[in-house]
Amino acid sequence: MSKLVYLVPLFPLLGFLINGLGRKSLSKSMISLIGSGVILASFIVSGMLFFDVKANGASVITLFDFIKADGFQIPFAFQVDQLSSIFLLIITGVGFLIHLYSSAYMHDEEPQHYGRYFAYLNLFVFSMLLLVLGANYVIMFIGWEGVGLCSYLLIGFWFKNNDYNYAAKKAFIMNRIGDLGFLLAVFWLLFRLGTVSYGDVFANVSKLSSFDITGITLLLFVGAMGKSAQIPLYTWLPDAMAGPTPVSALIHAATMVTAGIYMIARSNILYTMAPATQTVVAVIGLSTAILAATIALQQNDIKKVLAYSTVSQLGYMFLGLGVGAYTGAVFHVMTHAFFKALLFLGAGSVIHAMHHEQDIRKMGGLKKYLPITHITFLLACLAIAGIPPFSGFFSKDEILTAAFGKNPLYYIIGVGGALMTAFYMFRLYTLTFLGNFRGTHEQEHHLHESPWQMTFPLIILAILSVFGGFLGIPEVFAKDAHSLEHFLSPIFAGSEKITGEHSHPAASQEYIMMGVSTILIAIMIGIAISRYKKYQLNTDENTGLSKVLEHKWYVDELYDAVIVNPLNAIAGFCKNIIEKSGIDGLVNGVGRLVGYGSRQLRLLQSGQVGNYILIMVLAMVVFVLVWFNDNAIMNFLNKIL
Amino acid sequence: MIPVLLILIPLLTGLISFFIKDDKSVKTWSLLSAIVTLLIAFTAVFSCYPAQLSYDAAWLPTLGSRFALMTDGMGKMLCLLTAVSFPLIFAAIFKNNYKQSSGFYGLMLLSQAGLMGVFTAADALVFYFFWELALIPVYFLCSIWGGEKRIAVTFKFFIYTFLGSLLMLVGILFLYFHTNDHSFALKSFYHIHLSGKQENFIFWLFFIAFAIKMPIFPFHTWQPDAYEQSPTATTMVMSGIMVKMGIFAVVRWLLPVFPNASVQFANIIIILSVIGMIYASLIAIRQDDIKRLIAYSSIAHIGLMCAAIFTQNKTGLEGVMIQMFNHGINVLGLWIVADVIEQKLGTRKFSELGGLAQKAPVLAILLVVMSLANIALPLTNAFIGEFLMFNGLFQYNIWIAAAAGISIILAAVYTLNMIQKVLYGNTVAATENAVEISGNIQLVLVILAITVIVLGVYPQPMMELTKDTVNAILVNH
Amino acid sequence: MPIQYYIYLCLTLFSIGIIGVLTRRNAIIVFMCVELMLNAVNLLLVAFSKMHHGVALGSSPTTMVGIEGQIFVFFIMVVAAAEVSVGLAIIVMMYRNTHSVDINFLNRLKN
Repeated sequence: MSKLVYLVPLFPLLGFLINGLGRKSLSKSMISLIGSGVILASFIVSGMLFFDVKANGASVITLFDFIKADGFQIPFAFQVDQLSSIFLLIITGVGFLIHLYSSAYMHDEEPQHYGRYFAYLNLFVFSMLLLVLGANYVIMFIGWEGVGLCSYLLIGFWFKNNDYNYAAKKAFIMNRIGDLGFLLAVFWLLFRLGTVSYGDVFANVSKLSSFDITGITLLLFVGAMGKSAQIPLYTWLPDAMAGPTPVSALIHAATMVTAGIYMIARSNILYTMAPATQTVVAVIGLSTAILAATIALQQNDIKKVLAYSTVSQLGYMFLGLGVGAYTGAVFHVMTHAFFKALLFLGAGSVIHAMHHEQDIRKMGGLKKYLPITHITFLLACLAIAGIPPFSGFFSKDEILTAAFGKNPLYYIIGVGGALMTAFYMFRLYTLTFLGNFRGTHEQEHHLHESPWQMTFPLIILAILSVFGGFLGIPEVFAKDAHSLEHFLSPIFAGSEKITGEHSHPAASQEYIMMGVSTILIAIMIGIAISRYKKYQLNTDENTGLSKVLEHKWYVDELYDAVIVNPLNAIAGFCKNIIEKSGIDGLVNGVGRLVGYGSRQLRLLQSGQVGNYILIMVLAMVVFVLVWFNDNAIMNFLNKIL
Repeated sequence: MIPVLLILIPLLTGLISFFIKDDKSVKTWSLLSAIVTLLIAFTAVFSCYPAQLSYDAAWLPTLGSRFALMTDGMGKMLCLLTAVSFPLIFAAIFKNNYKQSSGFYGLMLLSQAGLMGVFTAADALVFYFFWELALIPVYFLCSIWGGEKRIAVTFKFFIYTFLGSLLMLVGILFLYFHTNDHSFALKSFYHIHLSGKQENFIFWLFFIAFAIKMPIFPFHTWQPDAYEQSPTATTMVMSGIMVKMGIFAVVRWLLPVFPNASVQFANIIIILSVIGMIYASLIAIRQDDIKRLIAYSSIAHIGLMCAAIFTQNKTGLEGVMIQMFNHGINVLGLWIVADVIEQKLGTRKFSELGGLAQKAPVLAILLVVMSLANIALPLTNAFIGEFLMFNGLFQYNIWIAAAAGISIILAAVYTLNMIQKVLYGNTVAATENAVEISGNIQLVLVILAITVIVLGVYPQPMMELTKDTVNAILVNH
Repeated sequence: MPIQYYIYLCLTLFSIGIIGVLTRRNAIIVFMCVELMLNAVNLLLVAFSKMHHGVALGSSPTTMVGIEGQIFVFFIMVVAAAEVSVGLAIIVMMYRNTHSVDINFLNRLKN
């Protein structure tokens, strides 16, 4: 069965080629059928693989030699194991729902752009599948850059708008910064171990010095920072919301941005052996979680709120990775994929109904117009806020409990972030769905629930968001009920061996922690709803801290001032001063010097016969004096003169 | 015999085409000639008989110079690159009109003959002869069919490269007098024993000649001007193939002949190359002219190749080998696009372009593919080469590799700038009435794009081709 | 008479010739100065020839040593005569073209 693994990425690739080449000749329904169908096919194969792995364990399938150079070879190989099969299911499953959703959401596009959209989306799924299927870091890197490319293409999908193009470019370049780190880590591995295949690397970890491991893991983490939008490379993700909403759901929430988490979970042994890196990961994850949450408190664009929420949740996942709760992080990736995709698709449904209005201050009261969207959105909000028994509660709780075991301060800050999450999510919910409608009359007239292609994915995702958490019921509730941990245990066995058994807090303490945080979250939700229920549109400028938050702590401006502008200035300096006046000036200067010299020498050729003769005579005198400068003549001359 | 054919066919057809007066037939004639050469190059690549691949005849017996040709893996690959490029160039410019086209095509073919000679020469004098034969037609092409400032630019280009050539000639003569058997043969050069001082001195004579040709920072300033002012077909030859002459020459004539000096000065050269990479990338960010942008991007890429050569480890060299071919293919595609834009829209300035993706989607897709190859995205051909070269550089020194890595980021910046300014946004005055590119150019670009992808996914055959050269070069040490 | 006197005389004549060529602009005078230099050299040749010949006669009455100088003088006179005819012809042509014999007008090759 696992021999058929190549089918998983092959289907989306075929879809890309067919839709890409046939975007002008195929009809829209055909395009969406192909586009979604290939993903469904991949999903089915992934499901079969999942059960195969469950029954028979992991396997590596080599297709051909990709690079065979001196001293190392990099096969084009796929690794099907517990971790990748879970990601396969998430990617193709959520991916299929989003493709289905897109077929209705993007229906207003011209056929050729519709085809282009599905082609890009299929290419994205292909790259993402390569990323998780690759059996070595280079194949992962192919997918890693591939998803970056697709993200670039899709953010700038409406390429007539230059703002979107800038956002796309920013995303790609920030990702590239991270990619450089990733690439250097790969070189380091090749240099020290001569291999990048997971199996060989993890088996030979003991050959690496602790400096090597720390360096490699830090560089890999730089890659993760770029791809998974962590401090300091997170600013591209909110701007990436320029793309169509389903793209935001698929790429910038559910799958691509979790690549960094996948990579670290995949390399968990390396990270476990580099405690310094783990601390860095945890601290950066936690800071990102808090920073993004504060910004989300004051955003008014429905997608921006969700974007910052994504950054924040990714921060939690990194916190989990940093404290060694690898299962927890993967668990959160999964539940987050469900509820965040649901939130984005719900937002898309709202935006669709509101005719591309994205400002939540101009919404309100949509509850009665969009009943399905409303219910599913509410469930997703509860899930992300961490209300039991919704899925977010279990995954977030697992991460926070592990963080508590590592350092109670992590836990306290983490819970603080979770409270903010609850607040901004319900601010968003209240402003959008409760209260009175604040938009124009025309918008109100046209409000309508979305077609079934859009509501069906919402319903499925809502079910998953509600019940997905039961895959990972914590130890305190029921012994050995954490089926995900059980399933993934082969992947993290090596790390477990190093760290030993996790120190779980006592059961009573854990109950108290859960209870307190749940109550606090519930209070936050209450505050948010009561505060924004009666919201009236006002355009007053925010002041003080709110203004700073609304402007995202001025980080973009800071980057412009510290990096972008100086870089431009240096480039301009190189181009105009060093190149033109410096190097080229020097080269031309040599030329000019020769020209000047010959112009001066030319003056000797005055054309005056007398001058020539004078020079001739002088030259002869000199010649005689020099040439016959021997004693005999000198004596003779002395004698006669 | 094959190398002789590779030289003779373009040489003879080139001379004949000077006498073909009809515009259409001279185009067809040279395209046919280039295709025949391509077929022969293929036989060279797939030939199993070593005897076919070399040639040796008396030339100037009193001087000890023989007309000796040979094709090793690197030679085969570069001959193949030359042979692949010319038909594509001729096909891409098939609809362009040049005044006195017989002269234009004749000189192009002569230049091809020179290039083939350079890549196959196994005798220093023959090498020098073909080196000049390849360059001189280009001077004429640039000064007759070039842009407004062509005379001044060609003059600079000529003086610059000619200075390099003369330095090399001095070096060759010096080495000739120090060979044991007074010969110009490559083998005799490989067995020369020089004192340390002599070696260091002559090394620089050669290196400066090659550095000007590549070009390496700070000898590069002729290049953007020359690329900008030359007719684009000539620029394609210069940037796609001729810069490889410099790299090829370093591998063939510099490393094995001056083993000690090339280790001793590796540091300086690598640092210069890396500075050049970053410097050229920075300048490319601020360019407003598509041809100059590609020129600077090319300088950056060549810098990486030069640095990787001097790391003198196998990984780096293997990367250089494959990248020589790939870079040729990639810049060829970019230049063709630049040419199309200039011919169709009459401007090369980004500030006067925009929105082309709406008017010419096929061009847009192909330009994007070429640009992605230019930034070495995985699964394009350039990734393999750059991966190996960076890997070699990393083995040499981690900090230099990291510094050079900055150019990866900068490459993304300027290439995406280009895509955005040319293709995206709304149409402007110049692009308002733009139409899709014509069939011949589509065909050429599609061939290039397929090559980019195929070599990016399955690079192994190309790497096998040049393995012998890499091993031979590093065994000599 | 000591040879020095001849040398002084020749040097004087030669110098007058040089200075004349250098300072005068009239082609004919320049020409005459050239002749003067030639003749200074001739005189010197004769003087040295006589001196060497005189010394050699002391040891052998029939010797021809030192006689070459005088032979050279004849050559020079013949060549000078030919030169005069060519030179004067040039000056005449010059006068026809420029209505002047000022050599400073002979600078057409400059540009």
